[in-house]
Amino acid sequence: MRIKSQRDFCSGVLFSAFGVAFAWGATTYNVGTGARMGPGYFPLIVGILIACMGVLITFKALTVETADGEPVGRIAWKPLLFIIGANLVFGVLLGGLPSIGLPSMGLIVAIYALTFIASLAGDSFGWKGVTLLATVLALGSYLAFVVALKLQFQVWPTFIAG
Amino acid sequence: MDLITNLSIGFGVAFTAQNLVYAFVGCLLGTLIGVLPGIGPVATIAMLLPATYALPPVSALIMLAGIYYGAQYGGSTTAILVNLPGESSSVVTVIDGYQMARKGRAGPALAAAGLGSFFAGCVGTLILAAFAPPLTELAFKFGPAEYFSLMILGLIGAVVLASGSLLKAITMILLGLALGLVGTDVNSGVARYSFDIPELTDGIGFIAIAMGVFGYGEIIANLAVPEHEREVFTAKVKGLWPTKEDFRRMTPAVLRGTALGSALGILPGGGALLSAFAAYTIEKRIKLKQGEVPFGKGNIRGVAGPESANNAGAQTSFIPLLTLGIPPNAVMALMVGAMTIHNIQPGPQVMTSNPELFWGLIASMWIGNLMLIVLNLPMIGIWIKLLTIPYKWLFPSIVLFCAVGVYSENNNTFDVWMVAIFGIVGYLFLKLKCEPAPLLLGFILGPMMEENLRRALLLSRGDWSVFVMRPLSAGLLAAAALLLIVVLLPSVKAKREEAFVEE
Repeated sequence: MRIKSQRDFCSGVLFSAFGVAFAWGATTYNVGTGARMGPGYFPLIVGILIACMGVLITFKALTVETADGEPVGRIAWKPLLFIIGANLVFGVLLGGLPSIGLPSMGLIVAIYALTFIASLAGDSFGWKGVTLLATVLALGSYLAFVVALKLQFQVWPTFIAG
Repeated sequence: MDLITNLSIGFGVAFTAQNLVYAFVGCLLGTLIGVLPGIGPVATIAMLLPATYALPPVSALIMLAGIYYGAQYGGSTTAILVNLPGESSSVVTVIDGYQMARKGRAGPALAAAGLGSFFAGCVGTLILAAFAPPLTELAFKFGPAEYFSLMILGLIGAVVLASGSLLKAITMILLGLALGLVGTDVNSGVARYSFDIPELTDGIGFIAIAMGVFGYGEIIANLAVPEHEREVFTAKVKGLWPTKEDFRRMTPAVLRGTALGSALGILPGGGALLSAFAAYTIEKRIKLKQGEVPFGKGNIRGVAGPESANNAGAQTSFIPLLTLGIPPNAVMALMVGAMTIHNIQPGPQVMTSNPELFWGLIASMWIGNLMLIVLNLPMIGIWIKLLTIPYKWLFPSIVLFCAVGVYSENNNTFDVWMVAIFGIVGYLFLKLKCEPAPLLLGFILGPMMEENLRRALLLSRGDWSVFVMRPLSAGLLAAAALLLIVVLLPSVKAKREEAFVEE
């Protein structure tokens, strides 16, 4: 049996796996009966339904013809890693990482770091342009979030702000 | 008359300088967002939700409503000029709007969209003001079984007119339901699927999901397309106003679109996209007059009809939200979130417990519509300039706003990690062509559905037939089944594909 639609095949498999896992997790809670539903009742139903749908989709992917095999296509690793990386670095710098003793570096540093890393995900990277963008964003965020909306962020690194 | 008194309460609240400013800011932001491709009202409202915490509830909702309409208007601008639907309900406008632009008729197309939307908005607001009280009466007849069936209808309705694979859309909804169940079960206090992580006992934040899936997912997918293939054209827009001929052709389309949008918007699962699609299909069925351009090649009716429908639908989609507390689409789901954050329980009681909120919001919708026409028509030139911001500056800003926005909710970096996780998930969905919007809808409705199912079964002592024995509930389930059958019929399926594959 050839895979007629790669996308649907992958989706179906993932859905089935998730559905089974979710339903299995649901059984660890008290399922109960219809009249006295326990915490696991509805999740069990949902999990089973997802698993069934997943199987259906996989089946469809193996039988229904498509024009071009509907490939998943290349995975864009570079943008993926840089964007997610930028986000993670932002979180670490803004909040600090107690497990390794890294204190919070504050909003401004985090914004600069995020902008630089995220920009690396793009096609072209120019130091001047990115620095300018980061400065604009840092200034704008400070004015918008801290001054105008009075949100409680740590703006400067711990060793400066104390 | 009651309607006048209520509207005057409303205008009294909405016309304060502060609220007018918020309405304006909301509309401006919304239009900006709608114009910038790749980031839609869902992501924007999700991002701005934290910013509205500091505002009083009425102002917050007014601003968010402004963003919603603004995004509808802005979306049509990019759809027409750049062949990019700025947000999902402009998908239909792209078809004929872009063709008109290529023929140098972008001006009339933009004007048709703007004027049609304004008219539809006014009518929609009136319907909302007039029918909200009677609909609330109806709301009290809804028991838990009816609510459950209504939500099923809404979810099916949303899926049936999604553009992609039906099976996958249904599964996405179920996935959303599953994710919504993470957290502490209200009834028993058991922490479900929390893996001993304290932050998860409150459930997954919907902002984290929305921003990760819609924001990051889009950006990663966009960056995957090499720069030269991302088409952006900004030729000079001249001759803004439609001709007399255009007006004559447009008017019936606008009227039809408005009627359709008002009706469909009220149903949960309806709202803007559904009405736009339905209006386009109807316009296509009506015979072409002498000298009219065929559909798909730049027929002004193909712009005016769907645009009016989608704005009327946007207005009336507030009805199930404000009166029954049920969000009909992902954007409204976020509004429910906004109301909950401000400690307002959306539902029939809102009308009686917070009348200034309710009527103020309705009045501000009309003001919002007016502001949008002021913003859009003369300022088209400026909006176009926005399209020329190089993407390389745009996307880091979006990444930043998503991260900061979600952090500001709880000052907890855990939320930032959640956005990252859902960013990966969102990209995965995009690659697999699974539509994320049904997921968000399922996510919001999940806990509500469970609660109502539980109550219904408790009341009926475990008897599942209660859903078909009670007339209202049976009717709703029958409508849902009908919708599902209608879409599975091959002829409708073909028409659905046809309407989307125009050229």
